[in-house]
Amino acid sequence: MDEQALRGLIAKVKGGKLSRRDFVNRMIALGLTAPLAVQMLSYSGVARAQMKADYKPTKRGGGGPLKVLWWQGATLLNPHFAIGTKDQDGSRIFYEPLASWDPDGYMFPVLAAEIPDLENGGLSKDGKSVTWKLKPGVQWHDGKPFTADDVVFNWQYASDPATAATTIGSYKDIKVEKVDDLTVRVLFANPTPFWADAFVGVRGMMVPKHLFADYSGAKSRDAPANLKPVGTGPYKFVDFKPGDVVRGEINTSYHVENRPYFDSVEMKGGGDAVSAARAVLQTGEYDYAWNLQVEDEILLRLEKGGKGTTYMSVTGNIEHIGLNSTDPWTEVDGERSSMKTKHPLLTDKAVRRALGLLVDRQAVQDHIYGRTGIATANFVNNPQRFVSKNMKWEFNIDKANQILEEAGWKKGPDGIRAKDGKPLKFVYQTSINTPRQKNQAIVKQACQKAGIDMELKSVTASVFFSSDVANPDTYPHFYCDIEMYTTTMAQPDPAQFLNQFVSWEVATKENKWQGRNITRWVNEEADKAYKAADTELDPIKRAALYIKVNDLACGDQAVIPVVYRPRVSAIGSKLRAQVSGWDSDFGNLKDWYKDA
Amino acid sequence: MGPYLLRRLVIAIPSLLGISVVLFAVLALAPGDPFGELATNPAIPPEVRMALRVKFGLDDPVPLRYLHWLSAMLHGDWGFSFASRINVDTLILQRLPATLFVIGSAQLLALVVALPVGVYAATRPYSVFDQIANTLAFVGFSLPTFFTGLLLILVFSIQLDWLPFVYRADIDATGWHWYWEQFRQSIMPITVLGLFQGASLTRYVRSAVLDVIRLDYVTTARAKGLGERTVVIKHVVRNAMIPVVTLVALQLPAVFGGAIVTEQIFRIPGIGALLISAILSNDTPVVMAVTFVFACLVVLFNLLADVMYGWLDPRISFG
Repeated sequence: MDEQALRGLIAKVKGGKLSRRDFVNRMIALGLTAPLAVQMLSYSGVARAQMKADYKPTKRGGGGPLKVLWWQGATLLNPHFAIGTKDQDGSRIFYEPLASWDPDGYMFPVLAAEIPDLENGGLSKDGKSVTWKLKPGVQWHDGKPFTADDVVFNWQYASDPATAATTIGSYKDIKVEKVDDLTVRVLFANPTPFWADAFVGVRGMMVPKHLFADYSGAKSRDAPANLKPVGTGPYKFVDFKPGDVVRGEINTSYHVENRPYFDSVEMKGGGDAVSAARAVLQTGEYDYAWNLQVEDEILLRLEKGGKGTTYMSVTGNIEHIGLNSTDPWTEVDGERSSMKTKHPLLTDKAVRRALGLLVDRQAVQDHIYGRTGIATANFVNNPQRFVSKNMKWEFNIDKANQILEEAGWKKGPDGIRAKDGKPLKFVYQTSINTPRQKNQAIVKQACQKAGIDMELKSVTASVFFSSDVANPDTYPHFYCDIEMYTTTMAQPDPAQFLNQFVSWEVATKENKWQGRNITRWVNEEADKAYKAADTELDPIKRAALYIKVNDLACGDQAVIPVVYRPRVSAIGSKLRAQVSGWDSDFGNLKDWYKDA
Repeated sequence: MGPYLLRRLVIAIPSLLGISVVLFAVLALAPGDPFGELATNPAIPPEVRMALRVKFGLDDPVPLRYLHWLSAMLHGDWGFSFASRINVDTLILQRLPATLFVIGSAQLLALVVALPVGVYAATRPYSVFDQIANTLAFVGFSLPTFFTGLLLILVFSIQLDWLPFVYRADIDATGWHWYWEQFRQSIMPITVLGLFQGASLTRYVRSAVLDVIRLDYVTTARAKGLGERTVVIKHVVRNAMIPVVTLVALQLPAVFGGAIVTEQIFRIPGIGALLISAILSNDTPVVMAVTFVFACLVVLFNLLADVMYGWLDPRISFG
């Protein structure tokens, strides 16, 4: 089907001659995924079905306390300083963004009156501006009205380098102007297809201008409201002890009718993930527990307690094995893994392909991660509209042996293959974490059968994931052949996620290993596709470009994806909570309620 | 007495300085970075981390950072936490009540159990009571708190469902209900810690009393026709208490320092939990402050123990 035929079909849906479902089915028949087809409609101005508001309570309050357990307590409550998700979650009880993401990666309005699109004039045709209409009648907890000035202020506050806001990345390259009291316009220097970064989701939470205006820039630490948040959210601030507890009470003038349901909320921190799961699943002491990085076997056992169930939120977080394109054992100008070198073994395509065949992803899923890690061939696994259908994975030791044999890697007397006197020996590192060590063992075993010697190395997580310039064992230094870790996908858009495959992001001594391309894999085509996607306004073409980057990187084994990891939480059996992997766990807190 | 105290206090200054230098050096040399989590998040540009490091003075040379810390500390400024950006003294004060209550009660429980049991066992050595007390004490201090803690949780929270295993610093209840809830949630952590301390303390008390009870003056006291009660309480226990006081005095700083493992298991928001989370997030100012205060308390309680000896045993003079 060509572009014109497609546009014709969309016009038919608009005109009511073709139902949305028929359209989506036809697209699926063409090999497109359903969400992609839905997105085609939404981009073209056909209203998307509203998120099902599965909310039963008919009045505000009366739900008693909501008790949730975070095994790492929130340490600060200013969303612009949030270091981890725990801080974003703590802030989200009180603060709200203009819009948020649902579990499928679609946006729904929170403080905005509607989601900007081409039809309502919110998006400009050239992709260089977005106009947000704000919801009228919204009040801060102290009774002051929420207006466009607050939105503009949040941009000024976060984009000032002296504030040192962790949200600065979303705000520094945009301009925000007030149109009227309830309208703001975001201006981009270049056409920006992913315009929903600023003011949306975890980095979009709004702090009130009237309390923070005097504490912008260098004085940001002194603001009293850092510790006593005043937001627009469903719950008002009561008490906060860093690392221990955040407490809120019902906001009786909340801007959504009949909400919230609970009279108070208590977010308790500390302890460990297993006992947090226990407190929800087995004893029912708590209603909800966050981020349960617990072996699935244990979760299944705890679930038999019958007091609750585990919930997997879809995310794009991917556990993967990176192959070093540069030589980690030769030092050039004071750095190893320098871009001036080539890896002596891993530049051979046959070796890369063989390694790809030697990772038994199904075994890793079945024996290590269970429901918390799904075997995959792709680096991008969600949202569905960006997922490639072209990649396949396979575990086949015979085929790996055959490929190596054909490429001239012959087995020596010790069973290790070698070519031109270079034996196939690799050092394979990861952080210390039981599932990862088990994973290493599975790979090592398969490699042995193919005549590849793997030396396993594990580094303490606090070192491996640190940004210490002087420590050679951090993952961005990548001073070894192969390494494994998880890259998190912070937004339902792969732009930031895929920048680890572009040449200008290579981690080097020069940029103090701050670059995001850790494997130092460089491919001109991938660079081109990524750049084109940066300014491509057609969502279908843009998705295709990102899929191309994914396919190039995975096809060449720049990385070997292993499993993608949903976010696991435990929900008490009475609690009805919708959690989106693309936003804070509390992204939809206003709709949480308990069945009687 | 006065000059002795003064001398001890003056000696304490260089040792505290030494402790602070060692602590600071170890923390500075340890791997890790308070903003490490920012590094792995693709949405946060590296400049933010750089700016924060400069802002918090992390890029200065270590000796300079130490001097900054020391001069601020001398002015009563404990600095602020990198993680929460709150003043460290506020953080510590927030955590102190829970620790004082739980660990203090545990120490009291330990004393209440150990003193009578130890003394009674020593007055009847190798009797059935002594054998049982010894065995239990042996079991008690052989089992680590993380084990007994989990065991109690399994039995009383999960199997029987009697007690909560998450400790909450602020219970949303008033009056008797509050006391009842507080009692229910404290009973497990206090028992775990108290019995662990009590077990070793019992052994100490028993051997200290045994040492004294065979001395001639005790026989003399008995020969004078004094009642057994008076002999034990007035003549034996007072003399036997000297080594026990040392032990208790050295334990007391722990009342302020918290119990890392137990606090973690029961989620008690105490100093120990604060310390461990600060260590894990490389929050140097908090780790420095907590460990340094702890060092000060150890030095102080040592001095206190020495002064107590004089009161318990008039033969000791502070000339």
